[in-house]
Amino acid sequence: MNSARAMSKVWAQQSAFNRIVTFSTKATQHAAAAVSSAGAEPPGEEKTSATAPAAAQPPTPTPTPVRKPIVPSNYRFIYPEFLPDPKVEWRNPIREKLERLDMLDRRRQIDLPEFYVGSIMAVTSSDPHAAGKTSRFVGICINRDRCGLRARFVLRNVIDHQGMEVVYELYDPTIQKVEVLRLEKRLDDNLFYLRDALPEFSTFDENMEAEHLEEGAPVPVNDIKVILRPRPWLERWERQNLRGVANIDQYIKDKHRKSAEKVQKPWEKYDLMKQYRSTIPEEEQKEVFAEVHTELHSLELQRKRNKRKRTFVKPKQLA
Amino acid sequence: MALQILRRLTTTLPVATITASARAVTCRQQQLLHTTPACCEIRKLARLRVVDNSDLGKRAMAEGRPPRCIHVYNKRGVGYIGDKVLVAIKGQMKKGILVGLKQNQKPKQPKFDSNNLVLIDDNGSPLGTRIHVPIPTVLRTILKEKTLAKGADYTKVLAIASRYV
Repeated sequence: MNSARAMSKVWAQQSAFNRIVTFSTKATQHAAAAVSSAGAEPPGEEKTSATAPAAAQPPTPTPTPVRKPIVPSNYRFIYPEFLPDPKVEWRNPIREKLERLDMLDRRRQIDLPEFYVGSIMAVTSSDPHAAGKTSRFVGICINRDRCGLRARFVLRNVIDHQGMEVVYELYDPTIQKVEVLRLEKRLDDNLFYLRDALPEFSTFDENMEAEHLEEGAPVPVNDIKVILRPRPWLERWERQNLRGVANIDQYIKDKHRKSAEKVQKPWEKYDLMKQYRSTIPEEEQKEVFAEVHTELHSLELQRKRNKRKRTFVKPKQLA
Repeated sequence: MALQILRRLTTTLPVATITASARAVTCRQQQLLHTTPACCEIRKLARLRVVDNSDLGKRAMAEGRPPRCIHVYNKRGVGYIGDKVLVAIKGQMKKGILVGLKQNQKPKQPKFDSNNLVLIDDNGSPLGTRIHVPIPTVLRTILKEKTLAKGADYTKVLAIASRYV
């Protein structure tokens, strides 16, 4: 009785260890070996435990996908929220790992598709204030920020000649559905200048149908240049080196040009230390994505399967 | 040489007159135009936009003299969504309800490009018969909460809304 309790405690500890430290291939091996020796056998780990004695020879066929996951290099663009915030004061490895587990849990419940700033999206969320208890908002994604469970994005649209924006948190449990109606990128990192552009550049039809993009095709970049309204503007756009604005020269005078030149920092692109501080190094990115890759990949496959299922339309019986 | 001077004179003179007249026009416009950006927070003297079809509101907006908030009926002094404000509009004092704000909002609540106002009378019934922009759904809850049994009935504003977001 007592020994059984002790054993269960050991199992719990080991399983907790296994749950948290999953990114390092060595740790998983250790954990798997420990679990196999302890006798606990969840169905996924049985294979690894079976092949554990044969681990002396490196090229065993079955465990290779577990040990050396080949992470696609574009994951940091598709899933940027899995990378932690590079700010040193906010780093906390354990919290980041727990958050990643929670994010995967949420992704198992809801399909959060790939999207970028400039994609046109529709978000259906449950809304206790609305008449039907749900509300759907269609708009162009103008910004994407924050990391981990706090990841959020901003949608903008003009409805009835009234511009409006809604902030959504990506992992908000009240979100019911996220659709990408048109998957594309724009020339800039954020599109806040749409607030000062003519309204037709941020007007999107609410009943828009999702546009199909071929599988494996690169995400198209929409190089549309928006036309700004005359001043006053919300921000000093002439200082931000925007590529997606057509007529900025029309509205800026010499004094604006001069002051814009003054605040430019052309040396910053050579500042390696600044770059290091404001990004997550590649090795760390690899670790992070090695941890979540298998799960994300299986979710992607599942999504593809579901899509195929959905595209089959049963012929309707007439009369 | 003389010809050049003459030509220069003829070219500069009309330009000078044009710039003078343009300056006069801009001076006149500056009295009408507001050169400061709209206040993002609804405080006293914040300019608002009337979005219902009341006669008074339509005329004020068409004239380019939008109503100014002269009091916010809460204890913070800053108006949030669904708050009642007192506005100065065309020389009159009217009450209104804020139905859309430019300020940053909570997640899932819309943030608008203008500060929208619906004019009401003392009983809470709107002066217009229609709101021609979308209003946030959260207003349904807020206005229902603010409507007390004996006081003003603000839910009539919800009835004239054309669309919720």
